[in-house]
Amino acid sequence: MVVQALAFYLFAAVVVASAMMVIAARNPVHSVLFLILAFFNSAGLFVLMGAEFLAMILVVVYVGAVAVLFLFVVMMLDVDVTQIKHGFLQYLPVGVLIGLILLIELAMVAGAWVAVPEAQSVAQIPFSPGGDVTNTQALGAVLYDRYVYLFQAAGLILLVAMIGAIVLTLRTREGVRKQSISDQISRRTEDSVEVKDVPSGGGV
Amino acid sequence: MNELLAEYLPILIFIGLALGLAVVMVVASYLVARQRPDTEKVSSYECGFEAFDDARSKFDVRFYLVAILFIIFDLEVAFLFPWAVSLGEIGMFGFWSMMIFLGLLTIGFVYEWKKGALEWE
Repeated sequence: MVVQALAFYLFAAVVVASAMMVIAARNPVHSVLFLILAFFNSAGLFVLMGAEFLAMILVVVYVGAVAVLFLFVVMMLDVDVTQIKHGFLQYLPVGVLIGLILLIELAMVAGAWVAVPEAQSVAQIPFSPGGDVTNTQALGAVLYDRYVYLFQAAGLILLVAMIGAIVLTLRTREGVRKQSISDQISRRTEDSVEVKDVPSGGGV
Repeated sequence: MNELLAEYLPILIFIGLALGLAVVMVVASYLVARQRPDTEKVSSYECGFEAFDDARSKFDVRFYLVAILFIIFDLEVAFLFPWAVSLGEIGMFGFWSMMIFLGLLTIGFVYEWKKGALEWE
């Protein structure tokens, strides 16, 4: 129990600290690296809550793929730090507004937790139904038949994302000679080599 | 709940060991090794280009396309794990719902193959 509490405070402290560093770091690449640290530690928090599947998916999908995508975007934008600082005052009102809205939402979540006694029962729902049924099994038991429409909608969204990414970013460059394996294989000696009968001393 | 966490305890111990070992290696090299720096020794050397330069330069959007296609198939695989674990419970309906899901993504895969998005010119 002590180890559990210690691990919780360790992970939570690192998550908060690295989340601070994501917005405080001057170099955008460092921000992305701190974001990866935050992802890893929140995976640790999920394990402590008993949501192991979610924790592993966080590591596989967010650390493995989304963070790489962020790195690419940071690289591709060719960010200049002085240029960012230039527009700082201009975007300040919008940033303050968004921050305020987030603060109000957080306060409402916390307020509802205190004001509505029934909300406490939500916290009592375990992530794993207990017994021999694991987290992943419990998820699989409902995801593919009870929530089948949502599952198929997720598939459609992935399809749209795939087609959208290809339509938006695929550019075929002009004048690039590709290797065509079928052309290479179907080439015959008769098509490419010609035997000339050259008279001696005559030249071609 | 606690049995579950007890299973993860070795991982926590390994993380602690790895951190400790990394710290010991860095600190020990400071304490044990002889330090006699001069400007040529401590300056970084890189063959062929400036050692200190901005690493961020614009590069091809094609890398981004590969990354986003990877994410999509990564998510598809994430859906396969709970399905494989609970296939015995959910029966034929669950099996076919996953087949439809995979079919949808196969349409996308065929599209991307035919478009040449997987080729690198």
